[in-house]
Amino acid sequence: MTADEAAVRELVSSALRERGEVVADRWVQLQLEQAALGTGISEAELREEADTLVDALGAGLRDDVPVARVVTTHRELRQAVITLSLRRARAGATPTGTSLAVLALKEALLEAVRGYTSDTGELLSAALLINRLLDAAGALSFETYVEGREEIIQRQSRQLLELSTPVVRLWDKVLAVPLIGTLDTARTQVVMENLLEAIQENESRVAIIDITGVPTVDTAVAQHLLQTVNAVRLMGADCVISGIRPPIAQTIAQLGIDLSAILTRATLADALAESLRLTGQSGPRTEGAVLR
Amino acid sequence: MTLYDDDLRALGGGPGEEPPPPSAPARIAIRAEEDLLTARHAVRGAAVEAGFGLVDQTRVVTAASELARNTYVHGGGGALTVEHLHGPRRGLRLTFEDQGPGIADLDAALADGYTTGAGLGHGLGGARRLMDEFQVCSEPGRGTRVVVTRWTRA
Repeated sequence: MTADEAAVRELVSSALRERGEVVADRWVQLQLEQAALGTGISEAELREEADTLVDALGAGLRDDVPVARVVTTHRELRQAVITLSLRRARAGATPTGTSLAVLALKEALLEAVRGYTSDTGELLSAALLINRLLDAAGALSFETYVEGREEIIQRQSRQLLELSTPVVRLWDKVLAVPLIGTLDTARTQVVMENLLEAIQENESRVAIIDITGVPTVDTAVAQHLLQTVNAVRLMGADCVISGIRPPIAQTIAQLGIDLSAILTRATLADALAESLRLTGQSGPRTEGAVLR
Repeated sequence: MTLYDDDLRALGGGPGEEPPPPSAPARIAIRAEEDLLTARHAVRGAAVEAGFGLVDQTRVVTAASELARNTYVHGGGGALTVEHLHGPRRGLRLTFEDQGPGIADLDAALADGYTTGAGLGHGLGGARRLMDEFQVCSEPGRGTRVVVTRWTRA
């Protein structure tokens, strides 16, 4: 470390020590102005982040480590940057907003240093030092942000897989598959396999496919449904399709898809009643009006 | 303003960049099976924004789904443009374009039950019945362009 660099470092260090409050205030203010942060982070949270990071930055600068490596080697400082970036990733802030948040600290810090010296040479050195110090923070922040988002995506795809296609036993010899979302070729394959296996296992006579949760029924979806119904019939069971909402019914009719060969019912309750009739069973006795 | 705003804006996606107005035509590439989902979502969003009722939303989305699948399966991929119409009548116009092999016999393709692939053969004719206006231009070897419109019932 040259004597000159040591002097500049001391200058920035004392600015952080003596005017840390001001730097933190200005940083919070700059971030609020940018407003590109998106939602979810309150001023109080920003304030807390700023205080932690400014303190850690001061402590980091006092370590005998080259400026460019201060952020990555100082434990608390590194942690502060990671926390800040993860919080933004989880709050759904844009990557731009997250980078700008860290970069805005440069401006706040340089403004504070300006109060200590008016020598342009010294100011330039200070600006360079702040740049080197905080560029590392920007890089670390971006990396953490991407990792955070990646983690969210992975978690969501695991959740999606879990929610995919359960086959439930509704009654003796009666199974149901509540379909949610789109019915593409891959999904049909999974549904069909699960359903056929469950029919064999439970010795079921009727399978109800409920499409209340399928937003669009086009010819491809209809074709997949027809295929599934055919496969179920080959197993010697009957298939009832339920949950056909009025707009879907109109659309299917206009498209010209003929589903008349398939047993269909408006609601899952109707389909269950029909299934009980098909299997020659009687449902639970209800007093008075039947729930429909 | 920070020192870096301008640089980021030059790279695109900076905070100063104006989002496009909601009624500007949106273009959606149809290159993969997942894009069909994106197309349906975009069309549903546009149909809600245009003020269509639930039945009309379903009609428009279903027609879009059929045509987008045609673009992908038969046209080898292409693009969908979603456009709000604000003239004397309000409505939604969808344009599907591909540079695929084209449709050799248009009349046959529009007839129910006709298919060159493994589908049911109701897609094109069905989409025509679901929409108010339907135009298709196709040149064998040059590609296909289908323009469909549905007007809002005021």
